Amino acid sequence: MSVRPNAGAGEAVAVPRLPSLAERLRGAWDGDVAYSFRRSPVAVVSAIVLAACLAGALFAPWLAPHNPFDLKTLNLLDALSPPVWQEGGKPGYLLGTDDQGRDVLSAIMYGARISLLVGLASVALAVVMGVSLGLLAGYAGGKIDAFIMRVADVQLSFPAILIALLIDGVARAALPRDAHGDVALFVLILAIGVSNWVQYARTVRGSTMVEKNKEYVQAARVIGVSSWGIMGRHLLPNVMGPVLVLGTINIATAILTEATLSFLGVGVPPTQPSLGTLIRVGNDFLFSGEWWITIFPGVALVVMVLSINLLGDWLRDALNPKLR
Amino acid sequence: MRFKLLIGALLAAAVVAGPSAAKTLRWASQGDILTFDPMSQNESLNNTFSDYIYEGLVRYNKQFVPEPALATSWTRVSPTVWRFSLRRNVKFHDGSSMNADDVVFSFQRVLAPSSNMKVYAQGIKETRKVDDYTVEIVTDGPNPVLLRGLVDVKVMSKAWATKHNVLNPQDYVKKEETHAARNANGTGQFMLKSFEADVRTVLVANPNWWDKAEGNVTEIVYRPIKQDSTRAAALLSNEIDLVLDPPTQDIPRLRQNSAIKIADGTETRIIFLGFDQWRDESPYTDVKGKNPFKDKRVRQALYQAIDIEAIRRATMRGLAVPTGSMIAPQVNGYFEEFAKRLPHDEAAAKRLLSEAGYPNGFSFTLDCPNNRYINDEEICIAITAMWAKVGLKAKLNAMPRATYFQKIQKFDTSVYLLGWATATFDGLYTLQSLIRSPAADGKGADGNFNLGKYSNAKADALIDQVKTEIDDAKRNQAMRDAQRIHAEDIGHIPLHQQVIPWAMRSNVSVFHRADNRLDGRWVRVD
Repeated sequence: MSVRPNAGAGEAVAVPRLPSLAERLRGAWDGDVAYSFRRSPVAVVSAIVLAACLAGALFAPWLAPHNPFDLKTLNLLDALSPPVWQEGGKPGYLLGTDDQGRDVLSAIMYGARISLLVGLASVALAVVMGVSLGLLAGYAGGKIDAFIMRVADVQLSFPAILIALLIDGVARAALPRDAHGDVALFVLILAIGVSNWVQYARTVRGSTMVEKNKEYVQAARVIGVSSWGIMGRHLLPNVMGPVLVLGTINIATAILTEATLSFLGVGVPPTQPSLGTLIRVGNDFLFSGEWWITIFPGVALVVMVLSINLLGDWLRDALNPKLR
Repeated sequence: MRFKLLIGALLAAAVVAGPSAAKTLRWASQGDILTFDPMSQNESLNNTFSDYIYEGLVRYNKQFVPEPALATSWTRVSPTVWRFSLRRNVKFHDGSSMNADDVVFSFQRVLAPSSNMKVYAQGIKETRKVDDYTVEIVTDGPNPVLLRGLVDVKVMSKAWATKHNVLNPQDYVKKEETHAARNANGTGQFMLKSFEADVRTVLVANPNWWDKAEGNVTEIVYRPIKQDSTRAAALLSNEIDLVLDPPTQDIPRLRQNSAIKIADGTETRIIFLGFDQWRDESPYTDVKGKNPFKDKRVRQALYQAIDIEAIRRATMRGLAVPTGSMIAPQVNGYFEEFAKRLPHDEAAAKRLLSEAGYPNGFSFTLDCPNNRYINDEEICIAITAMWAKVGLKAKLNAMPRATYFQKIQKFDTSVYLLGWATATFDGLYTLQSLIRSPAADGKGADGNFNLGKYSNAKADALIDQVKTEIDDAKRNQAMRDAQRIHAEDIGHIPLHQQVIPWAMRSNVSVFHRADNRLDGRWVRVD
């Protein structure tokens, strides 16, 4: 039995005290969610793969065989070596090297860092923006609600990638050329984050409108809790469930958006390549038979995104009371 | 099926129409045309299109000897006065007739302050009209290479320029937009039909051209394709007929394809690095209070840190000829003694940097184009890695050619990469543009691409002597001495001579020019 007050049956039960978020998470871990995780081989495998990707990216400076950004260590004469199992492959370069003699494996590990950073940070930004605006719209209603939701509607009529391109383009035009490299990463996070807030806002607004008429909210209002207090302490914990699921799946989308932008050449600069940049650079060599420069970063991207998506899928099912 | 029918219909149409059928040449290279003003940017691709649309008094034949074009004959009235008889009944694309007024106007225009083509008219003091079809060019001294320069001084219509307010060349560096930058009215083989920046340019044959082309092309479609693999794919899929700069990595594969043929050759272009040698403090370095690039030891350290052989092998895949000379072997004024480079020696580079007072190196920005020369950005990346090994932290600033040329032509750079082809096939062109100090008032052609303002009074005197010396032996000796001084000063770091294989569909035949200009007169599409 779930302890979540909005999980259907919870409504009838009088809740004397709201359990804290930590308590509820702990309860969830001991209960159904963990059980469902153990029972789902897909979830376990995805989690292991994702953990490996995360560890590889996070500890790249210690784990990677080379530092592809330390120009001193590059040797141009090692350029374009094929993977080690192919004829002409050089030991020490497991997945081969690119046209500047950078180790492809190391470049992928460092690139995944950038990709994951952009993915996580932009989703965090989108969640913060979307959840606060959604809460506000749902709770305040009236003109504020109408205004926020019309903005959201307008934005929904554009594909997210176009909005990201627009923000990126404006930032490029507004900032001095020399500053591009230094702030490109933040611009990218901002662009992807801003282009994705709408989904969260809509989800949260819907749940808020349901929750705000429930007894515990009315009780809080009666005893004089301020609107901000109600939104932050009472409503927020109860509308976050769907957001978690959405956020997990959106990390994968954000990573792909970043890769797309970088592939188009408007993402992170080549001096700090993400997986998308690596794929773009490698694409020039696909014809000439040097397939490893683009294929391996591509495979890494697919594996990472796929495992996040599968985990997200499982999480959605696990948190859905109707499927239990 | 419908497609096959269409092809059949087209073939039938071609048979019926006979030899006069439209033949389109679709070609591509990585960057776009910067402007259609023939006096605004002295850049090879630009000049190629100026050659299609505009004509000079003379033009090159296949041996690169000037032959009559808009002038039918010429005589030297005195050592400094040349008289040209103009071709009659030549019409501009707008239908107006070309006469001496247009020629005189064009020679004034090419020497205007905003002109980027002054070097081709160097030494011309005055151009005057004798009658409607005769002009005289007065030079400020005997000028042994006048005709070679005239090839690239294009004749524009004075009436058209007046009407559209383009009496002066477009000032490209100041980002000026003019009518002549996007429209053209010449007398040449092709007329500009449409120009969409970064998309495509279409030219159609001029039905009223005074000459008959050896080739059969009636339409030229040019497309800039920046991405290497896309450019190669477009050629393989028959979307275009010719690629001027096929990606070096794809050339072996293209050679094996029977539908593709490659025209090989070296270009007169030398790729080199230049440095800010005039400011007391250089803008894009972390060295304050002095300019490290003024120190010859620093320049030599930068030079000796470069492993050119690795660049030739890995970055250029063998398609480059490393050299220590600023002038290519096909050019008059090339001397083999300068081709030998200073050896690659990291230890020596480090020692030189310590002696110069930079034991821990310093950091600076390397400006580099990314769609101008073959593998330009890759070369710059490789060089920054080599410099890092001797402690120099170079930050790479790679940008598209249009913004790049605007930046560096304002001398707004500390270290830059440039390529220079000798369009006149005479060394003076290179010495005067790259090595001669710019004139104090910035006027004239001296040093107009000496973007780091390298300056040596002795070299300047020798180059000035080359301009007017008519004794070949003395002239060559002066060119040799000037190059020796420059090499000893390490005024620039020459890297390599470009190899330019053109890749085309096997039904296309062209004349491969060492100045990398695809000449419209000699293209056949069968």
